[in-house]
Amino acid sequence: MTTGQDLELVSLTKRYGETVAVDKIDHHFRAGSYACLLGPSGCGKSTTLRMIAGHEDPTEGSIVLGGSDVSWLPPAKRGTAMMFQSYALFPHLSVSDNVSFSLKMKGVEAATRRKAAGEMLELVHMTDFADRLPDQLSGGQQQRVALARALITNPQVLLLDEPLSALDPFLRIRMRSELKRLQQELGITFIHVTHSQDEALALADEIVVMNNSIIEQAGSAREVFNAPKTEFVARFMGGHNVIALPHGHFAIRNDQVRLTEMGESRIAGKITGVEYQGAHVLLNVLAVGDQEITAIVPEEIFFDNPIPPDTDVGLTWDDHALHPVTA
Amino acid sequence: MRNLLKNRNVSGWMLASPLAVVLVCFLVLPIAMIIVVSFWGATEFSIYPAFLFDNYAFLFGSPVTYSVFFNTFKYAVITWGFTLVIGFTVAYFLAFHVRSLTWQIALFLLCTIPFWTSNIIRMISWIPFLGRNGLANSTLISWGVIDEPLEWLLFSDFSVILAFVHLYTLFMVVPIFNTMMRIDRSLIEAAYDNGASGLQTLTNVIIPLTKPGIMIGSIFVVTLVMGDFITVRFMSGSQSANVGRLISNDIALLQYPSAAATAVVLLSTVLLIIAVLLRFVDIRKEL
Repeated sequence: MTTGQDLELVSLTKRYGETVAVDKIDHHFRAGSYACLLGPSGCGKSTTLRMIAGHEDPTEGSIVLGGSDVSWLPPAKRGTAMMFQSYALFPHLSVSDNVSFSLKMKGVEAATRRKAAGEMLELVHMTDFADRLPDQLSGGQQQRVALARALITNPQVLLLDEPLSALDPFLRIRMRSELKRLQQELGITFIHVTHSQDEALALADEIVVMNNSIIEQAGSAREVFNAPKTEFVARFMGGHNVIALPHGHFAIRNDQVRLTEMGESRIAGKITGVEYQGAHVLLNVLAVGDQEITAIVPEEIFFDNPIPPDTDVGLTWDDHALHPVTA
Repeated sequence: MRNLLKNRNVSGWMLASPLAVVLVCFLVLPIAMIIVVSFWGATEFSIYPAFLFDNYAFLFGSPVTYSVFFNTFKYAVITWGFTLVIGFTVAYFLAFHVRSLTWQIALFLLCTIPFWTSNIIRMISWIPFLGRNGLANSTLISWGVIDEPLEWLLFSDFSVILAFVHLYTLFMVVPIFNTMMRIDRSLIEAAYDNGASGLQTLTNVIIPLTKPGIMIGSIFVVTLVMGDFITVRFMSGSQSANVGRLISNDIALLQYPSAAATAVVLLSTVLLIIAVLLRFVDIRKEL
């Protein structure tokens, strides 16, 4: 039930000889949403993106955009545009010529091209740099140009391959709010590949966590963070403990583990480390069964009754904080 | 002495001096010598130091000079054209179609195998192939393509240019391949993503980015062909001349001043061509 310009992956598979890079994944990206493909390196997220872009042929399965199968169309005919990790700006062309490259390929005349490039550069606040060469721009500026070059084709889906990884941390945070602003302004689908949980949580309407060539879990940022379905997702998203209890494995957020009296505890352990982190204190606890559990306690609560390392403590939590996970 | 060594200027000069001495002894002095000798006088049996313009006057006054220079340019331009097309194609194939590095290196080394023998031997080996009763002619006759041997295969401009192209194409392949290998592969994907066809990618992305390599290759080929004399002598059967042969003839007749004057004119011409080529492309990034 695809509506509008939704993008759908249907048992999409990519094999390189014996190696499976992407294993029969199915997913439905809603039109106009900001989706993040999140996973460790080698999980198949980039290959998936490159297949959607048309730079990699699927071995099996198909990619459906707006109701039509685009799996075998050339990249420029799909209604997708890709922004490359290293930006891939043409070093011999000015910013303006870079942005209007696709129009030149279509045979649009120079004056029209220049005008269209100007409008795009305005959108990314790069008007003053139209005549510079890419070498003369900073990383953030190059990224804006790359973004303008991708957007000038009026794509329905913009594919971003680790777009923020080449920037310094400060710029990364600024550019990510800019990406979000652009996505909302343009109302098109953004599919953003990243290995950073922060980035995905901050940006995504929908997070798709991949591991070992398959999708582990997909859902809204809150859903994926608060209710991980698998052990991998819980560990990869961070901020969670995975605890083995008699009735199965459960994920629980670090900040929902509390210290308590031994008598009332659900699990007993010994504190192995105390780390002051400003607003809260991070406690490493070695619980029975050699389980490492991390608890995050608000700092004023901890310092009302400080506990030195090597003390035996009891841990407890609310039932609703536990989420069963599969291994 | 110790203070002298500590002086940055002095130590800088001393570090630079070995190279400077080598260059002065083996490059500047010989060229200066040629220029000086080019003004000397000569009789049938002697040469004597002087400052005369006779050699240049004779050189520029003779119609032979112009036709020989024209011939030299002709060889250079035609050879440049062929080596460029072949060299670019080979480099493109190696850089973009051969995916694995191992194969790239293997094929690249294959290209250099002819260099294991000397220039002269590679040149001479064409003679039995192209000769009147050579392999080419006899094969064509046995296939019935021609009835009698083609005369222009050997000892002609054709054979001269064939030998030049054979000898010097690698000098075009190497710098172009080198530049192509530095092109970021994602640029080609980006072009493809922006709707460029293969040909458009070639003309809008690959050729502009390969220009420095093309330019370096062109300088190699043009200077080698302009300065050559042995290939022309062997492959034309002494029927064609270029400037190099003019100089070698003068030397054989012990007419050193005249040879030096021709050499100076040739050197100036080649330097002028290189200067013009460098105006078009900034090769500094490649060095």
